Amino acid sequence: MSINASPHSRWKVIRSIARKDVLVEWNSRVLTNQVAPFALVVMIMFAFALDNEGILQRVAPGLVWLATLFSMLIVVQRSFSVETADGALDALRVAGVSPSGIFYGKSLALMVQLFILQVLLMSVALVLYNVEISVMGVVEAIVTMVAATCGLAFVGTLYGGLAAGARGRETLLPLLLLPVVAPVLIGATRATEAAFETAGTDVSEGWPWIGLLGVFAVVFGAVGSVAFGPLIDE
Amino acid sequence: MTHTASTGTVATRRLGLLSIALLALTVILGLFVSDEDVIQGSTVRIMYVHVPTIWVAYMAFAFTAVCSAIYLSGKNRSLAWDRVGGASAEIGVLFVAISLVTGSLWGRITWGTYWVWDARLTSTAFLFITYVGYLAVRRLGGTQRQRAKRSAVLALLAVLEIPLVHFSVRLWRSLHQEASVANRGTDVELDGLMLFTLFLGLVAFTVLYVWMMLHRQRGIALEDALADKGLDVAIEQRRAESVVN
Repeated sequence: MSINASPHSRWKVIRSIARKDVLVEWNSRVLTNQVAPFALVVMIMFAFALDNEGILQRVAPGLVWLATLFSMLIVVQRSFSVETADGALDALRVAGVSPSGIFYGKSLALMVQLFILQVLLMSVALVLYNVEISVMGVVEAIVTMVAATCGLAFVGTLYGGLAAGARGRETLLPLLLLPVVAPVLIGATRATEAAFETAGTDVSEGWPWIGLLGVFAVVFGAVGSVAFGPLIDE
Repeated sequence: MTHTASTGTVATRRLGLLSIALLALTVILGLFVSDEDVIQGSTVRIMYVHVPTIWVAYMAFAFTAVCSAIYLSGKNRSLAWDRVGGASAEIGVLFVAISLVTGSLWGRITWGTYWVWDARLTSTAFLFITYVGYLAVRRLGGTQRQRAKRSAVLALLAVLEIPLVHFSVRLWRSLHQEASVANRGTDVELDGLMLFTLFLGLVAFTVLYVWMMLHRQRGIALEDALADKGLDVAIEQRRAESVVN
């Protein structure tokens, strides 16, 4: 039934779907021209709202991740509006591409975009919120970003697929997505606090939280590939 | 499929009367007959509503998950499973809301604050929001089969998500706050009548849940039938018009 029976061709399907999504983004420049500036504005608005450099430094890790989650909502919506606009998702299914292939392919493209966004946000936080970071802290922050990005991308693809093609999905997606990614917000914020050594935390305290992020990513990576099929098969 | 306009039967009417009687008895025992608590005073009476409602809500959500699993397993793709699961979740959301409200009222009197960032409270709030989302997905539109499939997958995802959220919130709190005030109320020793009232409340709210659920799932069935028939009727009318013209 599906064209990707062997592991080799399966990987090829995943890669070409991811490549397609990244190319679409690259050509439209929405990530660089709209999403990234939006995330930046959010970071600056946080500074207006909190209005205190000491507090900003203390809460910088949380703000980075909140800004990431808000931006992620837009990116996920983009990722699926491209798919549903001309019935592209149906065309993929008719072409015999397995749902799990689509799931991993779209997740991979989302990971790439979210990672770029996070690198940007982290750098902005370091500059705007006066955060100092050690070499080990940088390593930990990068590992945190990778682990969190995987989890966010899987959940984003799964729930994005659920809301795709439905009326009122713009308002529904945040309601569905944000409660589910709460563990990522908690884990990533604590790990980043450790990386930034905020409020006397040590870099070593972050690793258990990265473990939580890893578990989250693995669970939703596995479950998502199974659940995605019934959600888009209509 | 029922063709009557009513959602009630003889059995549900009896069940309704039974639940009213049991609730009335719980009110009498809870408010007037049972003693005040040594520490909490009269505020303990809130517990006769607070505790049973959250238990019944958990049960309702578990039942939704079971119905969803049966629907998705493919052995029985009857839409009845979807309707029963959806009705159960609706009442579960209502009961969680009651439990959250009564809990925060109790907290205001006992702890002096409506809300504490305790692990259990926080994950209960998440539970509430998750199922509000589930109900929103049920109203997304599309065919009844689409609704059934989407919401069934979501209900099963919720079973996975809720323990994950609960676990991480607990981890979050355990590392950032010493023993929470929320533990104070839990090691109260209940005397015989208080325990009896609590269990009576549980039975009363369970019967109430079953009663409401039966009505609600019939209500959904009628809505579905209306959606199906409404289309047929419209097509008939259109055809009749074209014949006339």
